[in-house]
Formats: sequence, C-alpha cells, structure tokens
Amino acid sequence: MTGTLRQPGSARERWLVAGPPLAYLIVFFALPTLLMVVASFRLAGEFGGLAPLRSESGGWNLSLDSYGRFFASSLYLQLFVKSFLYALVTTAICLALAYPLAWLIAHSAKRYRDLLLLLVILPFWSNFLIRVYAWMIILGPDWALARTLNAVLGLVGIGPVTLMFSPFAVIVVLVYVHLPFMVLPLYANLEKHDPTLLDAARDLGAGAWQRFRHITWPLSLPGVFAGSALVFIPAFGIFAVPDLVGGTDGIMIGNVIKQQFLEARDWPFGSVLSIVLTAAALVLTGLAALAARPRRSAA
Amino acid sequence: MALLEIENVTRRFGSTTAVDGVSLSIEAGEFFTLLGPSGCGKTTLLRMIAGFDPPDGGRIVLAGQDLTDVPPERRPVRTVFQSYALFPHMTVAANVVFPLRMAKVAPAEIPSRVAAALEDVRLQPFANRFPHELSGGQRQRVAIARALVTKPKLMLLDEPLAALDAKLRGEMQIELINLQKEVGITFIYVTHDQTEALALSHRIAVMNQGRIEQLDEPSKIYSFPANRFVADFIGECNILSASVQACEDGVCTLDLAGIGSVRATINVPSVAPGTAGALALRPEKIAINAPGQVAPDGENHLSGRVMDFLYQGDVTIYMVELASGARLEAMRPNSASGRARFFDVGDAVDVAWKVDAGHFLAD
Repeated sequence: MTGTLRQPGSARERWLVAGPPLAYLIVFFALPTLLMVVASFRLAGEFGGLAPLRSESGGWNLSLDSYGRFFASSLYLQLFVKSFLYALVTTAICLALAYPLAWLIAHSAKRYRDLLLLLVILPFWSNFLIRVYAWMIILGPDWALARTLNAVLGLVGIGPVTLMFSPFAVIVVLVYVHLPFMVLPLYANLEKHDPTLLDAARDLGAGAWQRFRHITWPLSLPGVFAGSALVFIPAFGIFAVPDLVGGTDGIMIGNVIKQQFLEARDWPFGSVLSIVLTAAALVLTGLAALAARPRRSAA
Repeated sequence: MALLEIENVTRRFGSTTAVDGVSLSIEAGEFFTLLGPSGCGKTTLLRMIAGFDPPDGGRIVLAGQDLTDVPPERRPVRTVFQSYALFPHMTVAANVVFPLRMAKVAPAEIPSRVAAALEDVRLQPFANRFPHELSGGQRQRVAIARALVTKPKLMLLDEPLAALDAKLRGEMQIELINLQKEVGITFIYVTHDQTEALALSHRIAVMNQGRIEQLDEPSKIYSFPANRFVADFIGECNILSASVQACEDGVCTLDLAGIGSVRATINVPSVAPGTAGALALRPEKIAINAPGQVAPDGENHLSGRVMDFLYQGDVTIYMVELASGARLEAMRPNSASGRARFFDVGDAVDVAWKVDAGHFLAD
C-alpha cells in the first residue's frame, strides 16, 4: 500500500516534535554515558569517588589500569558469561510462557482483551521490592513449596534442596518480573495478524502446526525480538533480584558493578564494567536485529 | 456425474438463514458464477465448499467424495481470496512454492512447477519480489498462480477483481477467461457485479436471500429473467405491473395498469388469463422517436414525454413519462452523431418495442 499520510512538514515542525525527547536523552543519557566513559580512564579517589583530573605534580590523572584489571582476570568475563546465560534463560522462559498467553489474549473476544491485558500488568501496581519479598517467602525453606518438594524428593532418596538463595530463585524471580515486558509487544504484534492469511494457508494445505510455523511465527518475529530485547537487556544487568534472592551462587555482573560503586568505592573500575555491559548488550541486540531481517530466499 | 454436487445445503447464523436449501451441480471445466447482492449467501456457499463453514444441512460431494468431514487443508479445492491473502513475509516465488511444499511435492519437481505457474499468469520476472512491491493486478495474479500451482480440481474465486480499478478489471477478466480455458480447472466465481458475471461465465446462479433465483447461461439470464428480482438485478430493466388478458403460442396480451394493452413473450407455454405479474423491458430494446411515426406490425407503441435524460457518452438514457404517469427508461446510442441528445426535457416522444423484446414475469 502506498500511504497518503501527509509528510511531516517543515524542519521547524519536526524539531518541535523531536526536540524535547532528544534534549532529554542528551542530558540524561548521552552525557552520563560520556561521563562514565571518561570516568573509566580516571583514578579512584582515596575516599571513593574519583581522584582529581590533574595530579598535584601537574600531570593528568588518567590511566588504562581499570581496563587492565578487567582483562587480567577471567573472573569478570566468567561473570559476564554467567549473567548472559541467566538473561538468556530468562528470555527463553519468558518467551515460552508469554507467547501462548499473548496469542490467547489476541484471540479472545474484543471486549475481554483490555481486561486481560490489565491483569497482565496488574503486578506493576505493587512495589517491586514487595513482589520480590513475596517470592522470598514462597521459595523459603519453611513454606509449602519447598516442603512438598523435599518430601517428594525424600521418598526417592534425594537429599533436601533449598530453593531460596540459588540460581534457581534468581531465574524464577527474573522471569516473574520481566514477563509482562514480553507479553505486551507479542500481543501488540499478534493482534494485528490478518486472519485471512491463516485461512489461505489452510486452504493451501497447511495443517495447524504448519500454519504456526510458516505464517504466525515468522510474522510475529518483530514482536518476539522487541519482547526479547525488553527482557534480555534489563535482565542482563540487573542487581536487585540476585541481591535479594541469589545468595552467593546467584551473583550476577550487576551485583559486581553495584559493589564497585557503593562498597569498593572504585568508580573507574565500576565504569569499565558498565561500559563492557552496555557494549555487550548493544552488540547482542545488533546481531539479533541483523539476523531478524527478512530475506529474499525462495523457500 | 457432475464434478461438484451441492445437495440441499443450508447454513444458518443465529436466526438468519444465509444459505437456504441450495442444490447445484457443476460440471468439470465449467466457469460457474454465483451472482447476487451482498448478503445473498454467495460467499457463505463458497466458504462451505472450501470447508471454512460447516453446512447445517445437506452435503457437498466433489468427484464422488463427500466433503462433509474433510477439513479445508485436505480438500482438493483452492480459494482466491478477495484480499488475495498473500503471505507478506514471502516472495512471490515462496508464496507459490508454499502449497507445493504442503502437498509434499518432490523438491526436484518444484522449480519447474513454480516457473510454469508464474508463466501462466505472466509473472516470471517478479518471482523475487515481495507482495508489497507489486501492483494490485500483479498481486491478484500471484494469488491465482498460488491457487493453481497444485492443479486443484476446483478453484474458488471470491470477488477477486473487486479491489481493482475498472480498466484493469476489464483486462483481468479477459485474462481469467483465457487462463481458465488453458488450465482447464473448474472455476466457481463469486461476484456482485452482473456485467462481470455475464462476461466471464458459462453458467450463472443468481442468488437472493440464501436461495437461487435463476440458474442459466448468461444470455438466457439477461434476455429471459425468471422473475422480478433477476430482471431488476441483471442490467437495467423497466418493470411495469401487468396482468394477463389472453395468451397464445407463448405470446400474451397484457393489461398495463392505466396504460393500455401491449403484447409480450412468456418463457412458459401458457399463463392463465388474470395472472398478475410484471412486464420486464430492457431500455436498449425501446426505440424512442419523435411523435407521429407509424409503428409497424409486431410492435408495441406508446406515447409520452421526456422527463429527464442521462448523457453517458456512448448512449443517452431518457426517462419517459407515459400518459398514465408510469415511467420508462429508453436508451438511444449517440454513435457518430456527435450529438449529446436527440430530445430535450418536456419533448413529446413515441416509444416502441418489438413484441419479443418485452417479457412477462408472473408473480
């Protein structure tokens, strides 16, 4: 279809529309990022924060030491890989849970859809910490879930397991916290699908699975990628959830970054880790976007 | 035995009956059209043949196989949808390959089948385009290629030309006729456009309120409409209330209320005197002349006055009010005269038509 929408008018009109968000992003995103990049080359202050840019002897207080420290030990890289895997598993589980749910909402009667969507975002109405604490109780050793599980495991001779303070708890809560971010873009996509396409596919001999595989799934990929990015990126760098439910095994790179700024008071090294995290997320999303482009293959 | 037998098929939606006990048989190789106004049940009937709607009663038998319990994906029937329903994420070639892959056609065979189907609709150069990179007519042809690539027994076309502009529609009509002849696949074509139906079809079923009003060849439908609905729906037609005075050898003398008597043909051997009905008379069969000319034998003859006229380029349609107040539309070609009209509003005129041009329809 060739659109007949009026093109955005003069340069002035365009700046009026795009200007405010652009200014906001420059002040609160681009500049801080730049400050962080600069900070990664600076030295830590004696009592936290950053050492003055000029040393007393008049030289510049800049160095690559923090980067050296990052590459000197494989510990940080391992933590990145671990965080990446946690985020990946979280994204995969969110997708597996959200896709059928979004499909169901998109195919329910129009008058129920808003209500169902409301239910999906309902948890946002209560505080994040309260929701995580609720999970701490649910997964706690004295509560029904762990007791039942251990009773069953005890029957087959497997020792008691702890659900809380483990990678398992981290993944469970990460999935819970991020699920709506996967449901909403998927719903927005699935709801737009033309049902005639499925009729056509059926008419051309496609069974239910083939209709999903060849029509619904490929057409929903933009929603899948949007939802995955919205889940993967925050899950990759999160510190609050592993802090609260992860224990020592469930630590992620976000915890280390937080430690550098708040406890170790090594801002330059914290900045290095943040930059690597941002760069990794950027590269991964870029690769995913590249892989998602439609291609002119015959089949 | 016919290729497709539709036996007393009924479909209800809530309290409305969309298709009401329709029976049809369609021969192999036929170009068959279901014609009717929107809501007449033609699309519902088509969807039942494709398998998307289950009939509430009756059965559909294709080549001896009862289709009642066969899901759409296993019917040897292909549909061309009004919106084309091309898969937007696939190229033209991939769209055409799709049904072949679903039918598990040997991969070695696929390229030649696709090439042949695209050649049938003259779209080979566009094989690697995406649907959004094509014009409406080209998309239409992709939909047709996709439907015929598996050589189905039956192709269903649901108002396939409705989205095209008039000129392109004319070209596509000719292409469709030729294509159907070439591939030899039976077409069932749904449209509300009577000129399209007349131009394309071997036979037409005119539908109204879930029933078939008339089933015949296009020329029979046009010249001998079975009832008021068909006469009114197909082409322009004057319909005047009439009652039969006498009848002999297929020719009746009719009493037109307040106008006088005229003679007309009937399509049944005889109608009893006193039968009420209507005279159907096509505007192009009425000659409109200046008054005072003598009507030859075998013609009906009335006088009136021009009330209005519509200049249409090739012809002009005159609305003539008869002495009784009844109105007739008469058409006169403007060929080669260079004139926009022969008569003006208020002119007294004579209208005349041959006896066999008028047709009596019993109520």
